Amino acid sequence: MEIAAKLAILADAAKYDASCASSGAKGRRAGPGGIGSTEGTGICHSYTPDGRCVSLLKILLTNVCVYDCAYCINRRSSDVRRARFSVDEVVSLTLDFYRRNYIEGLFLSSGIIRDPDYTMEQLAAVARTLRRDHGFAGYIHLKAIPDASPELLDEAGRWADRLSLNVELPTQENLDRLAPEKTLVQITGAMGRMRDRIDEAKEDAAAGRGRALPVFAPAGQSTQMIVGATDAPDATLLSTASELYAGPELRRVYYSAFSPIPHSADALPARPAPLVREHRLYQADWLMRFYGFAAGELTTPERPNLDLSLDPKLSWALRNRDRFPVDVNRASKEELLRVPGLGTRNVKRILAARRWHRIRSDDLARLKVPLRRALPFLVTADHTPTLLDAANLRERAAPSRAQTDLFDLTAAAHGEF
Amino acid sequence: MHRIVFDPTFEGWRNAARPLLEGGASPDSLLWESVDDDQAAFDGLLLSLPSAALRETGREPLPRDAASGRVRVPRRFFELAEAAACHAGGERWALLYRLLWRLTHGEPHLLEVAVDPDVHRLLRMEKAVRREIHKMHAFVRFRAVAADDGETHYVAWFEPEHPVVERASTFFAERFASMRWSILTPRRCVHWDGESLAFTPGLPRSAAPDGDVLEALWRTYYASTFNPARVRTNAMRAEMPVRYWRNLPEAAQIGELVRDAPTRVKRMVEKQGLPPELARPPRRSE
Repeated sequence: MEIAAKLAILADAAKYDASCASSGAKGRRAGPGGIGSTEGTGICHSYTPDGRCVSLLKILLTNVCVYDCAYCINRRSSDVRRARFSVDEVVSLTLDFYRRNYIEGLFLSSGIIRDPDYTMEQLAAVARTLRRDHGFAGYIHLKAIPDASPELLDEAGRWADRLSLNVELPTQENLDRLAPEKTLVQITGAMGRMRDRIDEAKEDAAAGRGRALPVFAPAGQSTQMIVGATDAPDATLLSTASELYAGPELRRVYYSAFSPIPHSADALPARPAPLVREHRLYQADWLMRFYGFAAGELTTPERPNLDLSLDPKLSWALRNRDRFPVDVNRASKEELLRVPGLGTRNVKRILAARRWHRIRSDDLARLKVPLRRALPFLVTADHTPTLLDAANLRERAAPSRAQTDLFDLTAAAHGEF
Repeated sequence: MHRIVFDPTFEGWRNAARPLLEGGASPDSLLWESVDDDQAAFDGLLLSLPSAALRETGREPLPRDAASGRVRVPRRFFELAEAAACHAGGERWALLYRLLWRLTHGEPHLLEVAVDPDVHRLLRMEKAVRREIHKMHAFVRFRAVAADDGETHYVAWFEPEHPVVERASTFFAERFASMRWSILTPRRCVHWDGESLAFTPGLPRSAAPDGDVLEALWRTYYASTFNPARVRTNAMRAEMPVRYWRNLPEAAQIGELVRDAPTRVKRMVEKQGLPPELARPPRRSE
């Protein structure tokens, strides 16, 4: 099979993995004769019409798979066309694309061929060849195969910037039904072992042993959960995500709205998940990681799903009106972070500016704070909110339809958010 | 009002601003001439300082470093000002001087007040320049050509909105250290020979190569990694504005990919056996 035909099949097969991040690696430069570098923040080299960024060459080594996960286009029982790259083909393709500045690295995954160890060995071989034989210093993200032996995962972590292992579904019951070969314990167990290795490498580096940089997956681990392939509510997804951030210390959990795939299995639901649900989950995820919210605060037992029509912070504020208003000139950082419409960057700016200047409403407008959403909850030098008890506060504070679209647009534009 | 003629680079502005500040020339007495389009004509031009702009008496002393005697300005100002100096907007020089004046006349903390209109404009300019540098790092596409000595030379054509070629170049020198490359733009070109960067005047687009053997594969990858079930062209355009498309080999097929998406999704849904009304129609945002 020609290389172009393989590329078409194996890129198509890899695209349901939402991760495109190339961030988190510390600054690295190629040695003499080598090529490549990594920065702290990733570069999105292109965007496709689905709004997702292209920063890495995201492909499978092969889409042949011995597993039969219902949600996956590459499962054993699917009649999709199969292809397989050789190690050298992936290496050449990566270098050729990299030299032309199309990409800033490789995200390599694979169907399970023969057994987990064989598959992991092949993935590690690509990374090893790039690093050792070609002095490649660009970004490498490898998929970790949960059942592969610790020695092979060790080797993968030595060459890769990031390792990821997809849980795909938030509960064991869900996995039993759609991915009978996978268990949550086995996946989180592998994540835990990788975390230990990442920690060790960092400690070694901090203690000045070995090289200056951690040599095990310096950009950490990530995972993905499919949204809407089962009836698991957002509360379950967020609580699983929160455990993954706390336990194995994942850098990122990606959420991927279940969308129709060709050659799909019967066990899947008849209805695709709305993209806005995926978007709300990303917002909620952000609130957990950067705004001090706990997973349990974002939904209620009565309504275990996020409100699709409101951003989750505004939704939380409407349920907790007794905590408002807060004074923009006096409130703590933690309190300001919980005000609808105030992002982390603007909170930082407000805290710095108010040492010298009493913040007024037009100052907030200059910072592009959405006043309609924020002012009902904020006291400023020239504004006191009056609507906190109003029955229609939800309608007044919610963005208009046009603004909602705009907001969705910006959020969707950020694979890396 | 006094005309200030200077080399329109950060260093040029700084050389012009220093004696003006020392001499007490207030911001509203100065007219900073924007001559960005003809930088070459001003290279080497000596600054003529209008002495009438300077007031010698009745001034507060400027904040100075005790050891060196130099006027003290927050380091952050230099970082922001150096970036803002690469903004294409002509008003930046006057803004920079006004900020310099305020920082040295009773408002040393000014940069912390992000809501101040002058600071806000400076931050916006800095952000626009930073974004353009980032987009240049992302969207430059090298094309391989065989040089006379048989070596491969990678050449790109790029059209930056702000004059950022100098500031953006270190990145390429580090990432592609072992390659020989050039980036050509209408106003400034940069070249790397494996050891150092060289800058030359701008060139027309026709000076750049018009294709590369790898581009067909790259287009195949781009088309295959696109998911037709979630068309969001607004999101794409927010991050990859249309003005960049003509220099991106992969962008030529965007129209076709978007046009064919509904048919492709319909085929998937039929194959999956879903009633079509349950399938989410790809959103057309045009």
